Amino acid sequence: MNWEVVIGLETHAQLSTASKIFSGSSTAFGAAPNTHASAIDIALPGVLPVLNRGAVERAIRFGLAVGGKISKRSVFARKNYFYPDLPKGYQISQYEIPIVQGGALTIATGRGEKTVRLTRAHLEEDAGKSLHEDLRGMTGIDLNRAGTPLLEIVSEPDLRNAAEAVAYAKTLHALVKWIGICDGNMQEGSFRCDANVSVRPSGETKLGTRCEIKNLNSFRFLEQAIEFEVRRQIELIEDGGTVVQETRLFDPDRHETRSMRSKEDAHDYRYFPDPDLPPLVLDARWIERVAAELPELPEAMKSRFEDKYALPAYDARVLTSSRELAAYFEAVAADLPDRAKLAANWIMGELSAALHKANLEVVDCPVPASALAGLLRRIDDGTISGKTAKEVFDAIWERAARPAVHGAGNGAATRDALSADSIIAQRGLEQISDEGALERIVDEVLAANESVVAEYRSGRQKAFNSLVGKAMQATRGKANPAQVNAILKKKLGA
Amino acid sequence: MLAGSITEVAAALRTKRYSCVEMTRTLLDQIERLNPTLNAFITVDPESALADARRGDAAIAAGSAQPLTGIPIAHKDILATAAMRTTCGSKMLANYASPFDAHVADRLKRAGTVLVGKTNMDEFAMGSSSETSFFGPVRNPWNIAYVPGGSSGGSAAAVSARLVCGSTGTDTGGSIRQPASLSGICGLKPTYGICSRYGLVAFASSLDQAGPFAQTAEDLALLLNAMAGHDPRDSTSLDRPVEDYTRTLAAGRGVRPLSGVRIGLPREYFGAGIDAGVAAAIDEALTELRALGATTVDIALANVRLAVPVYYVIAPAEASSNLSRFDGVRYGHRAASYSDLNDMYEKTRAEGFGAEVKRRILVGTYVLSHGYYDAYYLKAQQVRRLIADDFRRAYQGCDVIAGPTAPTAAFRIGAKTDDPVEMYLNDIFTVAANLTGAPALSIPCGFDRNGLPVGLQLQGDAFTEAMLLDVAHRFQQATDWHKRAPTLAVEARSLPAEGAQ
Repeated sequence: MNWEVVIGLETHAQLSTASKIFSGSSTAFGAAPNTHASAIDIALPGVLPVLNRGAVERAIRFGLAVGGKISKRSVFARKNYFYPDLPKGYQISQYEIPIVQGGALTIATGRGEKTVRLTRAHLEEDAGKSLHEDLRGMTGIDLNRAGTPLLEIVSEPDLRNAAEAVAYAKTLHALVKWIGICDGNMQEGSFRCDANVSVRPSGETKLGTRCEIKNLNSFRFLEQAIEFEVRRQIELIEDGGTVVQETRLFDPDRHETRSMRSKEDAHDYRYFPDPDLPPLVLDARWIERVAAELPELPEAMKSRFEDKYALPAYDARVLTSSRELAAYFEAVAADLPDRAKLAANWIMGELSAALHKANLEVVDCPVPASALAGLLRRIDDGTISGKTAKEVFDAIWERAARPAVHGAGNGAATRDALSADSIIAQRGLEQISDEGALERIVDEVLAANESVVAEYRSGRQKAFNSLVGKAMQATRGKANPAQVNAILKKKLGA
Repeated sequence: MLAGSITEVAAALRTKRYSCVEMTRTLLDQIERLNPTLNAFITVDPESALADARRGDAAIAAGSAQPLTGIPIAHKDILATAAMRTTCGSKMLANYASPFDAHVADRLKRAGTVLVGKTNMDEFAMGSSSETSFFGPVRNPWNIAYVPGGSSGGSAAAVSARLVCGSTGTDTGGSIRQPASLSGICGLKPTYGICSRYGLVAFASSLDQAGPFAQTAEDLALLLNAMAGHDPRDSTSLDRPVEDYTRTLAAGRGVRPLSGVRIGLPREYFGAGIDAGVAAAIDEALTELRALGATTVDIALANVRLAVPVYYVIAPAEASSNLSRFDGVRYGHRAASYSDLNDMYEKTRAEGFGAEVKRRILVGTYVLSHGYYDAYYLKAQQVRRLIADDFRRAYQGCDVIAGPTAPTAAFRIGAKTDDPVEMYLNDIFTVAANLTGAPALSIPCGFDRNGLPVGLQLQGDAFTEAMLLDVAHRFQQATDWHKRAPTLAVEARSLPAEGAQ
C-alpha cells in the first residue's frame, strides 16, 4: 500500500511589540514571575481590553508579505475554557473573521520550489505559563506571558513530508524576522509550531483523520515528531486499527508522540464576538502606508540577486535567508564590482563558518564588509593566493574580535588594523607573481629534484604535483600556483 | 438636616448653613440606625467618608467648590473602589479589595463627592428584587416587608430613605430604573458608551451601563455631568464632545413647557398584566404631561414582545463568559480543600455563587454551545436588531416613548423567588433600552393601592439624555411626587441625635 502524508502547520509567532496586545504591560522576556502582569492581565474584576495598534500593524505587514487579503473588518472573539494560566477563563482571539485571509509561501524542496498556501492569520493573546517543577507538588502560575500578542498563522494541508514541513517552518521563521514583526527566538517561545498530520492511501482525495502534535519548539523536533507520527499512523492502520483524532505531545527524549491524557479534545470553546472590543475596521490608507514601508521581500530579493549579480538560485536563496546577511553581501559586492560570485562564495563559506564557530549572528559580525571586500580584492588582483587569503581572513577576524588586544581603537586605526593590506604587508604574504623570479625558482627546483623529473617523464602524473609542491615550499607558499603550474608545464614540455 | 436634594444640600453647604463634616456625621448616624433594618449598605466607612467631607469643607473655604462638592453619595457594590471592599453582593468577592477605582467612581470623587459606603445588590447584578445578595435582602423604605427592586436595590433604598443625596447603580436590563420605580426615586440609564465601564464588574458587557440615582431629575443631570465622558481604558466608551446635561433646565418656558414634545405610547406597554394601580398612576402622569403641552401618539413596537426572551439569551451568555474569571486561582473565594484542579474549580464556584448566578451561567453556557449557538445566541442578536429597527422607526414620529417602568409596584420579599421566569417579567418594559443602547429614566409618578411608589419611564433615541431630563424636570416642577419621602425617613428626621437635647 502506498501512502500519502498530509501535513498542515499552525504557527504562533509572538509579535515584537513592546507592550501586550490588550494592556500596557511589558512583553520583555525573562522577568521575575508576575512582575509584568497588570490588573488587566490578571483579569481583576472590572478591567477591560484595549487593542495595541502595533500588533495590528504587524499583522497587516504579514498579510501583505504573504500576498494575503487584509480584512477591512475583522472581529475579536472569545475562546472560552478554564485553565489557571488563562486568567479571564477565555482567550481573546479571532474566529469567524480573521485579519488576514489566504496568502502563500514559496519553499525550496528536494524537487525544486513549491507553493504552500495559507488559510489565514489572526491576532490573539497568549496565555501565561504553568510551572510544575520545584514547587513541592504544587503548580506555579506565571502571568508575565499572559496577554502577549500572537499572530496565529495557519497553512493549508499542502505539505507532504517532514522535510517540506521543516522547509515551510524555516521559511516562515525567516520571513517574520525579515519583516520585523517577530524576533523568532524559539528558545524563548517567540515562534511555536503545531503540526496536523494525517495519512491516506495514494490517490485518495478524502483526508484521513488527523492528529495535532504540540510542544515543538525546534525545527529538529518538528521533523522527528512528524516522522514518528507518520510511521505510527501507517502502522496503526496497516494493523487494522483506526486513527483517533486527538492532540499529542512530542517527547523530545524518546523522540515519540504521546496522547495528551487531558479532556482537552472534548472542548467546545463557545466562541462568540467579544462585546468589549468593537470590530476592527482598517483604514485603506493605513494599509497603503504599511505596504509602502515594507522592505524588499526575500523572494523578490532572491530574484534580483539572480539577475543583478548573476548568482545561481542556490546562492541567492542562501544569501537572502536573512536581511542582515543579504545586506552584508550587497555591501561587499558593491565594493567588488563584477566579482559578486567571489563575495558569495566567501560569505557562504569562510565567513559563515567563522560566525557559526563563534556563535554569532551576521548582525554581530566583527569583520566589516569593507574589510572582507578589501581581502577579496587582493585575491582577485593576484596579490595573494586563495590559500593565503584564508590565513589573512583569520588574522582580520582575530583582530576584529579582540580590538583591545590588537590596539585597534579609533576608527582610522581600526580600519587600518583590519585591512588585508596591512596584514599582507606585516607578514610579507604577497604572492610572488613575477614571471622571471618564478622561472628562476622552478629552474632551481628542477635542478634539485632530477629523480622526480625522471619519474614524471616516465609517466607518473603525481610527480608533477610533487614538483609544484616543492616550488611552493621553496617560496613558503607565496608563489602564484597558477603561474608555477604554467611555467613547470612549459619547462617540462608537457 | 437629612439628605435633601443635591441642589438643596449644595446650596446649604456653600452658604455654610452646615458643614460637610456635620452633614456626613448626621447621615452616618442615620445609616447606623436604619441600615440594620433596610440592609441597604454592605460597607460603610465613616473614616473615609469624614476624610472626604473634610476635603469638601476645605474646598468650600478656598472658594473652589464644584457643583457636587461635599455631596454624600454611595456606590453600588459592583463598582470597584480602592477605599472600600467590592463584593458584588457575592460570597465569591466577600473580602475583595480592588487596587483601582472604577472610572465613574474616580470621576465622582474628583467632583468632590463624599463616599459614605457601598450598597447592597442582587448578586453580580442578576436580579430584579435585591433578594439574591449573599449579604441578605434589601428592604424597601416605603414598606420593609417589600422589595426595593433590583439589582441596584441598595443604592435605590439609600436615596429613598434619605441616607445619601445620590448614588450610583448599574443597569443591564432595568437595574437602575426598576428599583428607582419601586423605591419612589429617580434613576437614569444613559446611552451605552456615555459612561465608562472600566471598573464595573462585568455582568453583560454589551448591555451594562452605570447611572445615577437621585431625588430629582435635576440632580440626575448633575450626577451625570460628573459621571459621563470618554475613557480610553474602555474600548466601548464613546469619544464625543462634553455635554452639560443641565443646560436646558434653568430656562423658564411658560405654562406649557412641553409644547412640541411628542410622546409615543406603545400599545405593547399598556396591555394586560399591568397592575391597575400602576395603570391609573401612569394615566394621571400622561394627563399631566399633556397639560404641560406635550402631545401623545400611539405607536407600535411589533417586536418588543420578544425583548425579554432576547435579553435572557444574550445577558446570560455574556455573563457566563464574564464570570469565568472567578475561579479561585488569583483572588476571591477559593474552596478550603480540594483534590485536584477541577475539584478546586467546582467547589470554589459551587460555594462562591448563589443559585440565580448559577442558573444564568448554565443558561448562558448552553446558548453559546456548539449546536445551539445559531438557534439561540445568534438568533437573539438578530432579533435584537429588529427591535432596534422598531424603535428607530418609532422615533421618526415621536421624541419620547413613555409608559410604566414596571408592571407592578413593589412586591413582598419572597413572593417571586420561587419562580425565576415570573421574576424576569419585571423587566418587560426596561430591557429594550439596554438591547438598543438607548437612554431611559424612571421618575416617581404616584402610588398604587398599597401606598407603594409607581414609576414613569421615559425613553429616547440615542444621546437624548438632556431632553429626557428636561421633560422629567418640567413634570417635577408641576408635581410633587418626587418630594414624597417614606415615613421611615421622615420619622428619622424627628429622631434626635444621640446625646443631643
